[in-house]
Formats: sequence, C-alpha cells, structure tokens
Amino acid sequence: MILRFQVNATDVELDVLPMARLLDVLREDLRLTGSKEGCGEGECGACTVLIDGRAVNSCLVPVFQVAGAKVETVEGLASGLHGHERLHPVQAAFLEHGAAQCGICTPGFLVAAAELLAHTPHPTRLEVREALAGNLCRCTGYQKIVDAVANALGRQGS
Amino acid sequence: MIGEGLVRADGQAKVTGRAVYVDDVRPEGCLYAATVRSPFAHARITGIRLDPDFDFSDVTVVTAADIPGENVVALMTDDQPALADKVVRHVMEPVALVAAPTREKALAAVSHILVDYEPLPALFDPERSRGHEPSLFGSDNVYSHITLVHGDPDGAFASAEGNADVRIIEGTYRVGLQEQLYIEPQGMIATHRVDAEGAPGLTLFGSMQCPFYVVKALSRVLGHKRFNVVQAVTGGGFGGKEEYPSLVAIHAALLALKSGKSVKLIYRRDEDLRATTKRHPCRLRYRTVVEVRTGRLLAFDGHMLFDGGAYNTLSPVVNSRGVIHAVGPYRCENVRSEALMVATNTPPNGAFRGFGAPQVQFAAERHLDRIARELGLDPLDVRRVNLYRDGDLTPTGQTLKDIGAKIVLEAALERAQRPLPPGNGSGRPGGGGQAARLAAGRGLALAWHGCGFTGNGEANLQGKADLALEGRDLRVYTSSTDIGQGTETIFPQIVAAALGIGVGRVSVAPPDTDLVPDSGPTVASRTAMVVGGVVLKAAQALRAALASEVGFDGDFDAMLDARTSDAVLRVREQYADDGTLVWDPKTYRGDAYPTFGWSCVIVDLEVDLDTGEVLYRRLVQATDVGRALNPVLASGQLEGGALQALGYATSEEVVLDERGCMRNDRLTNYIIPTALDAPEMETVLIEIPFAGGPFGAKGIGEIPHDVPHAAVAQAIERATGAVLDRLPMMPERVMAALERRR
Ligand code: FES
Ligand code: FES
Repeated sequence: MILRFQVNATDVELDVLPMARLLDVLREDLRLTGSKEGCGEGECGACTVLIDGRAVNSCLVPVFQVAGAKVETVEGLASGLHGHERLHPVQAAFLEHGAAQCGICTPGFLVAAAELLAHTPHPTRLEVREALAGNLCRCTGYQKIVDAVANALGRQGS
Repeated sequence: MIGEGLVRADGQAKVTGRAVYVDDVRPEGCLYAATVRSPFAHARITGIRLDPDFDFSDVTVVTAADIPGENVVALMTDDQPALADKVVRHVMEPVALVAAPTREKALAAVSHILVDYEPLPALFDPERSRGHEPSLFGSDNVYSHITLVHGDPDGAFASAEGNADVRIIEGTYRVGLQEQLYIEPQGMIATHRVDAEGAPGLTLFGSMQCPFYVVKALSRVLGHKRFNVVQAVTGGGFGGKEEYPSLVAIHAALLALKSGKSVKLIYRRDEDLRATTKRHPCRLRYRTVVEVRTGRLLAFDGHMLFDGGAYNTLSPVVNSRGVIHAVGPYRCENVRSEALMVATNTPPNGAFRGFGAPQVQFAAERHLDRIARELGLDPLDVRRVNLYRDGDLTPTGQTLKDIGAKIVLEAALERAQRPLPPGNGSGRPGGGGQAARLAAGRGLALAWHGCGFTGNGEANLQGKADLALEGRDLRVYTSSTDIGQGTETIFPQIVAAALGIGVGRVSVAPPDTDLVPDSGPTVASRTAMVVGGVVLKAAQALRAALASEVGFDGDFDAMLDARTSDAVLRVREQYADDGTLVWDPKTYRGDAYPTFGWSCVIVDLEVDLDTGEVLYRRLVQATDVGRALNPVLASGQLEGGALQALGYATSEEVVLDERGCMRNDRLTNYIIPTALDAPEMETVLIEIPFAGGPFGAKGIGEIPHDVPHAAVAQAIERATGAVLDRLPMMPERVMAALERRR
C-alpha cells in the first residue's frame, strides 16, 4: 500500500506492506537507524518513537496505523544540522549526567523522556521512574538517567 | 583532567542516534543469516538433508563439511566445534547455517534443513558429572579442579574437636544461572575485501569485547589470517561478548565465503537467551572453625561445584577466581579452598562480570551471617573482627598492603545514615501501597576483587598500546573496546594529562585489528588499570621520542613548534610488571593479583509479607577505585553493576526445561530490573591509589556485581527473620523461607 505520514517533520510517502513493523520501515526503508531493536516484543523500549506525541514501541506497531500521523524518532530530537545541532535539553542532560553508557537503550529513553517533559517539565524522580519503566537499561542502574531527566529542564522551566 | 567527569567521547553520537551498531549497517546486496540448532541435549547426527519441497535456489547452506580449516572455536581448549559434526552436546548447539536475501526466507529455510538425530543419554546434574557417563570432556568430565591450601586447615579442624571456645559451623549455598542481557543481541557482519597486497579476504564487523579473540578463533577455522576484525559500537557486553562473538564471527564468515556475498547475522532475543553463555551456577559447601566469643575465623574449608555446561569456554578461569575469592575480604590463617568445574549437557556457561567472584562471595557473606546467627553475634561485629588489615596474608599467601576494607565499611555506614529517599520501595506505584504488610530491613556486605588477570596473566600477555602524533594531535591505538564503560574517554584523559595538553586533541582509533596492536581482551577489570597504564607509558615514550627529535624536553606544544618534520611519530609500549609479583600456578601460592579493590554495599529494602516480593529503597556503595580517572564514568560502572546484582538477587531466574533449554526466553519472563524496581543509589568513591595503575587507578568493572545480592539476603533476614541461602530469591522462595521461620 502507499502510505503517507510525517517523520521528524518531513512528509514521507512509501510503498509498504501494511503489516510491516513501523520499526522496520523506519530502520530499513527510511534508514533511520537511531531506533533500536532489543527484543521485538514490546518489552525493552529501545524502539520507542512518538506517534502524534505519544511514546509507543515501534516494534509492535503495524505501519498502516501511522497513516497521516506524525512520527518522531531520536533523530528528530535535536534541531539543526549534524555538527551544528542544538540538542534537545534531555539529550544535553544525558551527556552532562553520563546517562548513556553503551547507548543502545539511549534513543528509546530519550524519546520516552521527551514525551514526559513535554507535559511535565519538572517531574519528580518517581514520576521519571514511572514514565521510563517501559524502557530497559542494563548498563546504568538508571540512577544517572533519572538524574538527567529530572533535571533536564533545570529550575527555569520551559 | 584526571578526576574530571568529562562527557564521554562517543556521547554526542549516542544521544543523537548516529552511533553505528552492527545492525545499523546494511552492506550492498547482503544476505541475512540464521542458525540451525539442535533440539536435543545430546545426540548423534546421522544425516543432514535439504527438504526437496523447499526452494533453496537463493539460499546458501553451510555445514561442518564446508569448513576450510579446523572445526573448532579456539579459546582455552579446542573442545568446542564451530558447527556440530556427528554429535551435538547441548540444546541450541549450531548444526548448520543458512543465508538468504531476506530475513524471512532465512528463517523459513532453517525449518527445512532436515537433521536426523539419534538421541543419547544426557547429563544435567553437575553432582553426577565427574567420572560418570556420558563422557563429555577429557577422561572425567572435569574442566578444572583447583585446591588451594594455606596454613594447616586439617590441624585446625582436628583441634577444634572438644574445644569449648571454638565451634565448627557449616553451611550450603546455591546460586543459579544469570544472563548478561546486554540490550543489543549478538550480531556480526562479514564482508569481502581485497587487502593491501591484492589478496581477497574478509572483514568481520560486529558487536564484541575482544577483537583478537575473534582473530585467533577465525584464523583456525579459515586456515589463514586474510581478514580483519572491527568492533562496531557495542550495545553492552558484561562478559557475554567476551568469547561468544568468536562463534558468531565464524558463522558469518563461513556463509560469506560460500555465498560470495556479504552476510549479516543478528540473533533474535529469544535465540540469544537460549543459545548464549550465562553465569555459572554453583553449589558451595563451607565449613569453618570460629571463635565462639567473637566469630573470628580460625579455619575455612570450602568446596565449590560449578556447572560449566557442554564446552570448556573460559570456565577454568572462573574456577580459579572462585577459589581465590572464596573466603571474601576476611583474614583466615588456615584455608582449604577447592573448586571443581564440570561438564553437563547444557549450553556452555561463560564470562559474566565478576567471573566467579559473585558466586563465592555470596556464600562467604551468607556464611558470616550464619556464624553471627548461630553464635548470637551482630553480623557487623563478625565482619569487623575478621576484615583484612594491612600486612595480612591472603589464602594464596599474598601480603596485603594499603587495604581499603575498613575504609569502605566506615564510608558506607556513614553515608547510610542519611535519610532514605521518599517514594521508592512501597512508596512507588504498584509497590504494595497502604494495604500491604511490609517489613523493612537493611543489609550490608563487603567485597574484595582482584584487579586484572590472575597471577602471571598480564606478564604473559604483554598487552600493547600505540600512541601516534599525527599533525599536532594524538591518536591512541589499542584493541581495548568501549562497550559502554568509557574507554574512549578515559584513554584520552590519561594521554592529555601525561602530556599537558587539552583532551580534545587526543582521539582513539577504532578497534580494527588491521590498525591496532593486541592489548589483550577487554575483560577482568583490566582496561583502565592495565591497558591504561600501558597507554600512560606510551605517552611518556612519545614525549621522550619527541624530546630527542627536537633536542629538548619541555612544554609539549613548544616541542611541536620546534619540529622540522611533520612525519607521524608512533610509539608502542607493552605491559611489563616490575618483577615483584611472584606466582606459582601449580600450587596457587603467591601474588594472585597486582592489587585488590574493596567495596561495601548497604541495601535498604522492604519485603511484602503477603507476596514475598522485595522492594528496593536505596543502595549505598563505597568502593575503593584507586583513583577515579573520570568520576562520572566510574560511578556509572558501579551503579550499573550493582543493579545487575540486585537482579541476580531477586528477579533473574533462568528456568531450564527437561532438555536444558531456557524456558523463559523472553524479556517478559526473564525479569531484569526497571527504573521503578531500581533503588536510589548513593555511590562513594574511595581513592587509595595503586602505584601500578595510571595515576593510581584500579579496576572497577566487576566489583559492583560481587556482593549486593548478599546484602539483600541479609536485609531480608533482618527484616523478617527469613533465611535464604539460595539465589535468586524469587518471591515464592521468600514466601517459603518466611514459612520456615521458627
Ligand atoms: S524492540 Fe520494541 S520493545 Fe524491544
Ligand atoms: S546504556 Fe547500555 S543498555 Fe542502557
């Protein structure tokens, strides 16, 4: 089927199998490989993307469901071009706090955190833990991830 | 520079999604591979046929018959075949390989490779392995048997009889399998290349810890070395990508050779869980003679039985570390420590962070708790009376210096006085809530961990590192891989500090075996301490070479200004110990490690008395890191390791079916902690410099996984009186232990 949707604020039109996984369409057809596959069954969150602002596991989404929708991936979080990009505050906070180690879980956490911060700019640590409970990280023990997200927007807010 | 929490060098790429992991690469025209695996634990292969009703026209099939060199995964011994030939010795053992233009076709082809098996009797019980049938390894199914004797344990036990001042206390402890669960599954890509001399060859690109292990293993299978191995950005390893990627690389290479195309081999999660190595399960029997009044250890007799699985892998080294660490960080003048590593028909076990130490130190800590319980003493007092002090001898007869044991204990106790954070444990959503009956408790445990390889390991290995002056910038060449721990950040910090230049001028070459020397494997908490030390030496050698070129030794940039040539200046250094370490691998006497790290962990938790669930509130750890080269990265290692240990403690259970196959092969039923399960962590870095490490640094990669699980067991006991001597402490085991309380 011919499918139209938006990815990171760019319109795309693709000929895809309706039941293809959104994750595969992003990674294989659009070569947006920032979203990762850790399990393929909705448990690890490494494939998290935003669909119309809501965080979902793209490994569980048949692509026909995003017809007409706005999809955002980790590649869309920063603005500007490679090398001169302005990081999203949560990306900057991940760097500052050392919240990425091996980094395979990082795109999913960033996207899930971006969703949280969009409606809760100053979350408590518990709210952060709750919002990120669908994402697994094996490297960090989550301490620095929670630090980064809870403090991403600082005191001034946004 | 040293001691600064610099942002990791690969951070920008990782937070923008640009970092390139193996599955992110798709070579032109690449085929997708899949593995045909044994459904039996032990069987004879009587035939391999292709289903005539399946279209194999675009499928490449590889069996053992296609191997050009030796059919072996070369590591310590040559017992493991690259592809099973005639016999399979464990379920999920690779028997054949397929590659096809799509993943779907490859997966479909797997079920149309018809393998005929004749099942053989299988061995699952490690207690019935040594000297029993079926014969799986050597003459007696024993991979390794080590007995270490210190002082006169027999005499001490004999004289304990009838002595009212002492008592013999015995206990048995068990720990199960644990999966590394790197979030990125195993994966490798093989592509064809033409080398500098015009000869055809291969490039292996993938997720791994040890590129030169792959070189060693693959060259035996291919019968030549016309290939290079390049590490992709690697999504976690924890030991699980130490030796296993050699097998994955061999498989990708064989398919690439036969098909003439590029081949990508990525494991599915369930396949990775069922097929790959795990932490060795262990049964430990400890007997001790203790002073009744104080709990002082007078003699120790420990027997450990490890299950190595169907092939040897690195099991003897795990056994060795187990034997040496068995008593924990406690003084004992009469020790017998004996460990047996045996074969069974289960998938091979292998490297996992801690490498034997988390198993034995669980038993050591639980045994001290038992001593306290039986003698009516405070567990903390029993630890204080036994803790190592400067000048004490270890069970191998090594004299300890600059010991951090007491310092980490006091630092952790002090930090644990801070109020508990709100909202964790039962305060979290789904965490029991108002109605739950909860018991709160605190547990403490202490660890020691020998840094680097055991005994003469480093001296024999002679790990190398190059440093090159390229223009006005420097580049570090090592085969040490960054698997998340921060090597790419630490090495530039070391070089920049040594040369007095900005860290931004030092980069790290990609681990490509064409470009880098063999620095030894990325294992054993050795990268920062040992290879980092060689990098520091290389920086000093480079300075000396530059000084002799320009005729003076001074400010680095001034020397660069004085250069008349812009030729690349490249130096190579290698590890050499100072000759003071003496080790006898036959008797296990001498200096087992260049130095030890020390750690104290205090866990606060709540036990749900109705469900047996354990809810974590806070984990404090104080750890001697020698010198924190980068405190952010260092504490990140400690926090991540500690949470893996909490998973080991209460949620991570590998359930094997009757064929020895992991039944809970998904992330829905093999449960690692989430952000909600994890406690708040407080990490205290203690710096007792080690003269042999760069700027005093010690290895820290493994020690955080050594004892948090023991602290959890103590906390549960203090909260509820339930005694658990077996890992993992799943809710049903906690409930059973609650029922057993007197
Ligand atoms: S890959 Fe989608 S949740 Fe794990
Ligand atoms: S940083 Fe490695 S899994 Fe999260």
